[in-house]
Amino acid sequence: MTVGTWEAFRLLVHRELCLSFRRPEQLVQPLVFFLIVTTLFPLGLNLQLSLLRDMSPGVLWVAALLSSLLSLDSLFKSDADDGTLEQLVLSGQGLTVIVVAKTCAHWLVTGAALVIVSPIVATALGIPVDAFATMMLSLALGTLTLSWLGAIGAGLTIGLRRGNVLLSLIVLPLSTPLLIFGAAATDRAISGTSVMGAIYFLAALCVFTCTLAPFAAAAAVRITLE
Amino acid sequence: MWTWFYKLASPPYVYGAAAALAPWFLGFAALAIGYGSIAGLAIAPPDYQQGEAFRMIYVHVPSAIMSLTTYTVMAVASGIALIWRIKVGHAVAAASAPIGASFTILALVTGSLWGRPMWGTYWAWDPRLTSELILLFLYVGVMSLRSAFEDPARGDRAAALLAVVGVVNVPIVHFSVVWWNSLHQGATIVKLGAPSMPGSMLWPLLSMWLGFMLFYGAVLCVRLQGEVLNRERQASWVREAIKS
Repeated sequence: MTVGTWEAFRLLVHRELCLSFRRPEQLVQPLVFFLIVTTLFPLGLNLQLSLLRDMSPGVLWVAALLSSLLSLDSLFKSDADDGTLEQLVLSGQGLTVIVVAKTCAHWLVTGAALVIVSPIVATALGIPVDAFATMMLSLALGTLTLSWLGAIGAGLTIGLRRGNVLLSLIVLPLSTPLLIFGAAATDRAISGTSVMGAIYFLAALCVFTCTLAPFAAAAAVRITLE
Repeated sequence: MWTWFYKLASPPYVYGAAAALAPWFLGFAALAIGYGSIAGLAIAPPDYQQGEAFRMIYVHVPSAIMSLTTYTVMAVASGIALIWRIKVGHAVAAASAPIGASFTILALVTGSLWGRPMWGTYWAWDPRLTSELILLFLYVGVMSLRSAFEDPARGDRAAALLAVVGVVNVPIVHFSVVWWNSLHQGATIVKLGAPSMPGSMLWPLLSMWLGFMLFYGAVLCVRLQGEVLNRERQASWVREAIKS
């Protein structure tokens, strides 16, 4: 029995979300990592609140990038290990749809969760409440873009024994524009100047990766699974 | 008229062509770099603002241009190899990556040596400098991805895809001085209108650029021979080529 593309997409997202919620520790670990990294910075920086406030956008964004990267490794790995991914490829659905579904589900459980947790971290770092909306919007756009970039990297490193290190090496250089504009948006929101330039740039990057990265990621999976 | 193009997909032909071309490239590269160095370092007048330190341009600019050119060559070769499944494309990409990484390191090092007397700092987190550094990381990523796979064919194709994806960084490096307010100076030579440089300074620079390009061609030819031989080591023509 074959199902339509939308139905396949919906079923796959549902499956991924089910799997994630059955193993809550996998959901929570990147978030805990995010919290720990951001608390390590103030401890290392002598607890000067003024200094901390200047650095907080950068700290927040670097921690967000690292914690998203931490969970990217699992995007295709477990499915590739037990053969599910091969079955999905053979299912007759386009590989692009499969990659899009998996990446969307991955973003919902990591990126979106991170956006929701970010106000707690932001409060601890001394970011004013007025800047929360911009910060959360920029994080949402940034983590979604990162998920797409990460899907390419994760696809390329399926089946590699030390793929995790290589994955960081591939994805982090490509994600530097996110860090620059994301931190800039948060920084400007704190100082009260116009944030739209940086937000537009993040949105453009997000649209760019949303449209092109699925094809690249599907090609990557095809190469490594062959 | 297309036969020469088809021939480029044949490893024995490419091996022979690379062996024949390498000495020519090397010879002309030596001439161009020789003239550029003498004219640039000794004959060209000192800059009215930067004095003698501007002579760093004769190494810095050609190597920076070549870091981008090499990446583009690598990405195009990778794209050709992925789309038409031409194995020689992978060999060209694999041979280019270390050369491009070396040009990038050279551009970064000469840039920071030049930056110290002019800007007062070896390094600034400036868009041009940062994107060039990212270019270096991309080269490293492509090279390590290629070597990470046990199956070389798979490693080739994975690295090729990454090279094609990473090509988005090339226009970012090139236009970074235009798009952002940058510490790095803007375009001097390649722009609309006349170059903002007198001929006595410009000609040595163009000669160095040509020389670096020819030098890349020469090193590529030598490395490509090694890559092709290694990839085709099971083929019968390799045995004959090595015997003769």
